[in-house]
Formats: sequence, structure tokens, C-alpha cells
Amino acid sequence: MQSTPAGRTLDVEDLTVRYGQALAVDGVTLAIEPGEVVALLGPSGCGKTTLLRVIAGFVRQAAGRVRVDGAPIDHLPANQRNIGIVFQNYALFPHMTVAENVAYGLRARGVRGPEVQARISRFLDVVQLGGFRERLPRQLSGGQQQRVALARALAVEPSILLLDEPFAALDRNLRLDMQIEVKRLQRTLGLTTILVTHDQDEAMSVADRIAVMNKGRVEQFDKPVAIYDRPQTLFVNGFIGTTNLLNGKVSAREGGTATVALDAGATLRLPASADFGLGAPVLLSVRPEQLALSSVPGPECWRVEPGLSLPLGAQLVHEARTTDGVSLKIVESRRAEPPSAGRVYCTLTDDARPTLFPRST
Amino acid sequence: MRKAAEWQLALPLALAFASIFLAPLLMLVGVSFFNDDKITQPGFGQWAKFLGDPFSYKVIADTMLLGVKTVCATVLIGYPLALVYLDASPRVQKVLIFIIVMPLLLSVVVRTFAWIVVLGREGVVNTVLMQIGVISEPLRLLQTELGLVISLTQIEMPLMLLPLISVMSRLDPNMRDASAALGASRWRTLFTVIVPLSMPGLVAGCLLVFASSTTAFISQTVIGGVRLIYLPLLIWQQSLVVFNWPLAAVVSITLLVSVLSVVSALSYLGRRSSGYLHG
Ligand SMILES: Nc1ncnc2c1ncn2[C@@H]1O[C@H](COP(=O)(O)OP(=O)(O)OP(=O)(O)O)[C@@H](O)[C@H]1O
Ligand SMILES: [Mg+2]
Repeated sequence: MQSTPAGRTLDVEDLTVRYGQALAVDGVTLAIEPGEVVALLGPSGCGKTTLLRVIAGFVRQAAGRVRVDGAPIDHLPANQRNIGIVFQNYALFPHMTVAENVAYGLRARGVRGPEVQARISRFLDVVQLGGFRERLPRQLSGGQQQRVALARALAVEPSILLLDEPFAALDRNLRLDMQIEVKRLQRTLGLTTILVTHDQDEAMSVADRIAVMNKGRVEQFDKPVAIYDRPQTLFVNGFIGTTNLLNGKVSAREGGTATVALDAGATLRLPASADFGLGAPVLLSVRPEQLALSSVPGPECWRVEPGLSLPLGAQLVHEARTTDGVSLKIVESRRAEPPSAGRVYCTLTDDARPTLFPRST
Repeated sequence: MRKAAEWQLALPLALAFASIFLAPLLMLVGVSFFNDDKITQPGFGQWAKFLGDPFSYKVIADTMLLGVKTVCATVLIGYPLALVYLDASPRVQKVLIFIIVMPLLLSVVVRTFAWIVVLGREGVVNTVLMQIGVISEPLRLLQTELGLVISLTQIEMPLMLLPLISVMSRLDPNMRDASAALGASRWRTLFTVIVPLSMPGLVAGCLLVFASSTTAFISQTVIGGVRLIYLPLLIWQQSLVVFNWPLAAVVSITLLVSVLSVVSALSYLGRRSSGYLHG
């Protein structure tokens, strides 16, 4: 066993998992680079935990393959895969002290004597729990237990690290600390890591890439910024961040540009793929910060009924209703002087990158 | 006010216990300190007679040994069964629980007589073993300790399985996966994680089986016959055959004290290991 694990690649190919008749994971493919942190993000029940359990070897897939560094591991039982996992409830051994918990995996692998003690000390120092060796898990706080679980998983120097909602039980401040901690550890050890979460901020800040899952499928697998700015499906668009959806129709086409007539009463020229033919019904998705209110009418402006305005930190959130009855959220930065009255027209900001989706009628 | 009201609620139960449990027990102790079977002359005569007889110690030892053997057999068969139950799907678990509880719904007398049919000279066991040619002469199982331990094992099995299963199914299933992910084999997981954490259930099961099998008068006499003598049989003979109530009281108290001392030693072990369970 080498002492610093080099990052491994992890390939999940066309993985399908069934519980009885129900599909829990449906043809998932992920190619994960060495040392990368990938977040699995998705609503409850979309198959995130199931995917982790297949990779760890606790659940058998119906079809598909898992490879580490190119070699298939599907035939190996969980105890021969060398994959570290931290469970949502930590699953520490309650009858063993912190030190015994950390030593458990080492002993199971036949490490003996001073080497065990050295590794316990090293990994407890890494998670800053050096003084807690002889405590039992129930004498620790949630955050401390989580760090023991992490130390226990890392002590055997796994080739891959799997984290199943490891921060869910922690309060906000501790969560931030632990996110930074895990990121730092993962980076110094160069560990390929999968992090399950349903907190999109967590995914955005910790992960190198995010796989957004829905109903057992991966809807988009991309860098966080790309997921936010260029959502590929309506589901991803709605799941990540806040968005406004406007109904419209393609009224003209030339090259890569389409002219979209909004039902709210404006005409916008937007880049669009050839999938959107003339007359195609579309949904236009715009982030709240990409909309602005103005008091002058224009062809690219549509009339709105202003509603409430709420200050939110350094920003001001406006509510507005279009003539065809869609409720919009508009965010602008707070300025010193109060905005002028009579701003009843809504338009896109200059840097807006709205996304078009086909609409079924 | 509140506090007072609460302990008053326990009063009827306490009175019932005092009158139907504590009072007879005290009378039993009292009766044991009479020399004659008419209960007229106080003295330590019966105690001296019982404790001075080497035969008494053999019966005490046999009774405790019967309990130990039954406990060992129920653990050896019951623990793997509990593991099977734990791994089974919810549907199979329902069926298993029904099978486990069913013996409790039958009278001990019925179960004991069923065992006579199974263990007899021309019983199921002997017939099968002779037909497949393992033995040529029928085995003697009735009126032997082996036969008695076999039937007590089946009769007391629910008392072992129910506490075991209730403790085991409260264990976090992720614990086993965590152990496997750390590289532990199934056997290592069993002996370093599952067995220590299921100790409270195991101890409770042993306790119940021990107390119940050492005092199982019906099974002991019907299957063991008159040649295997245990403390309950002695009590029955003294109280209802020769009507020597003081001696019967002496034997009863001996049985009570022996069982209680083993049981409290066991439950001390149980309490030391009970702190690890999840809520
Ligand atoms: N042991 C099981 N038997 C049957 N169905 C299961 C089992 N485990 C999970 N499922 C089903 O598989 C689907 C995916 O479950 P999974 O636990 O992977 O979801 P998840 O994405 O981790 O959700 P959450 O965010 O709530 O943890 C769900 O519909 C769930 O009901
Ligand atoms: Mg989950």
C-alpha cells in the first residue's frame, strides 16, 4: 500500500439499478478525472445514494460497469474495492473509541503495531481531533463525529472517496468549515471524490463538476458555472438557482438567430439552434438578475404590473406580473437614491443570456 | 402534589404484588423453618437434612447444567437464525416472525407431547435415521438428558429469538456496510461489530431461556421421566406426594436462589453492554 494515493479515474458506464420493478438508476454514465470532486445533485429519491452504493459495492447493478483506473471492479466484493465512504449518519462503531474506529480498517487489512498508532495520530491530527482519541462516539458532537468518520475512511488510504450528504446534519457555520476542510484534505491527498448533496450552493462551492440527477438519470454533467449559465434541460434550469419562464413563439429565423415574440408583448432576437423552427412554441428562461425595469417603452420591452419590492442584503427584489399573467422576479443592486416611479416596462439587461427551451402545447 | 399523585397510581399494583407475590414468598420462607411435616415444631431440621445430603447437590448441579446446556443450544441455533431474519426481505420477515411466535401460542403440554411422538422408539427421528441406514437399533432419546435438551431447545427458542431480533433490527444497517467498505470480511464484521452490539439481546435471551428451562417442570418430567431428577420434580414429590411441605419449601428456596444468582450475574453483564444501542 503506497502512502500517498495518486488520483484515480472513476468511470461509470451505462449503469442501471432496479429495486424490484422500479428503476432507481437509469443508464447513468460519468467519466471522472483523477483528483476531481464531482457533486451528485438532485431532488430526494432521484437515485444519488443508490449510485454511491453501487460504486461502493453494497448494491448490484442490473446493467452497466464501474471502472477505477480503467479496470472493472464490478466482480469485487465491497471489502476488496478500497473505496472509502462516509455515510449521512456517519455509522461510527458506537462500542469503539475514536482511536479504535480509525484503526478498524487498518486492522482489517492486517496493519499491525506502531504503524497503526502512527496512522491514528496522523489522521486524527488531519481532522483536528488529536485530543479525542479515547472518547466514545456518543461523547462527541455531530461535527466531531463527522470528522471521525472522515478520518476512519481516509486512514486506509482509499483510491476513491464517496461522501453521502456528509454535511446535512451540521449547522450553517460548521457546515462551511467542514466544506473547506474536506476540500483541503481532498486536494492534499489528490483523492477522486464524489459528494452527494441536495444543497445546490454546496455543490457549486465544493465541486469541480456537478452531475444534476432526476428520476435516476443524469440530466447534465458540467462545470458549476456552465450548469448555471447554460442549463441543458428545463429540469436543470428550474432546479439550479431561481429563474423566470416566459411563453413565446419563433416568429422569424435567420442563421443562428431567432426572433421570438413573447406572449407578454415584446420581440427579442436571440441566438438559437436549428431545432427551433419557424412558428415553434418556446419557453424563454431568464435569471432574475438578467431582467431590468425601465420607464420607457420599446420593441424589446414588455409591459408589467409592478408588485412588491423587497430588500435582500445588497439587492432589491421586485415582483411584477406580465399582461399574460406570468409572475416575474427581478433583482437589481440597491442604489443610493430610490428608483423613479412609473417603471412599468420590463426588458433584458445587456449581459443577459436567456435560454430557449421547446414548449409543448 | 403531582409527585404524590403519581406514586398513588402505582399503589393498586403494589398492593396486588404484596398480597399475591410477596406474602406467599414470606410464608414459604417461614414454612421452611419447621422440623416436621405437620408444621408444629420450629427449627432448622429440614435445611440440615437437605443441605447435609450429597444427593441434593447433584440435583442442584444437574438442574443448573440442564439450564446451561439449553442456553448453549438455543444460542448456537438461535443466533444464526436471527442473522437470517435480519437479512431477509420484509415479506419473508413477516413469515419468519409468525413461525417464531407460533410455539408461544400452543400450550407447553401440547408441545411436550409432540416431542414424545418425535423422539419415541418408533418416533419420527428413529424411523428416519433407521431408514436411511445411519443406525440399526432405535436410539434411546426419551428419558435421556439429550432428548430433554433437544425438546427444551425448541420449546424455549422464542424466548431467545424475540429479544435478539428486537435488538438486532435496531442496529444501524449502514454499520455493516461501513465495516465492509473498510476492508473487513463478513466474519470480522460479525465478531467485531454485530456480536458486541447485539450483546444486550443475547444476554436477555440467555436469561429468559435459563430461568424458563431450569423450572420447566412439565417438560422435565414428561420427557425426562422419573429417572432424571431436577429440583422442580423434587418440589413436586415433597409437596404433593409425601406432603412434607417444609422440605418442599427448602427445595423451592434453593431453586429460587440458584436461578436468581445466575440470572443476576447475567443481567449484570447485560447492563455493562447495553449503552451502545440507538434509541
Ligand atoms: N432498498 C430499497 N428497496 C427498494 N427501493 C429502494 C431502496 N432504496 C432506495 N429505493 C428507491 O430507489 C429510489 C432512489 O433512492 P435513493 O436512496 O438512491 O435516493 P436519493 O437520491 O439518495 O434520495 P435522498 O436525497 O432522499 O437521499 C427511490 O425511489 C427509493 O424509493
Ligand atoms: Mg440519499
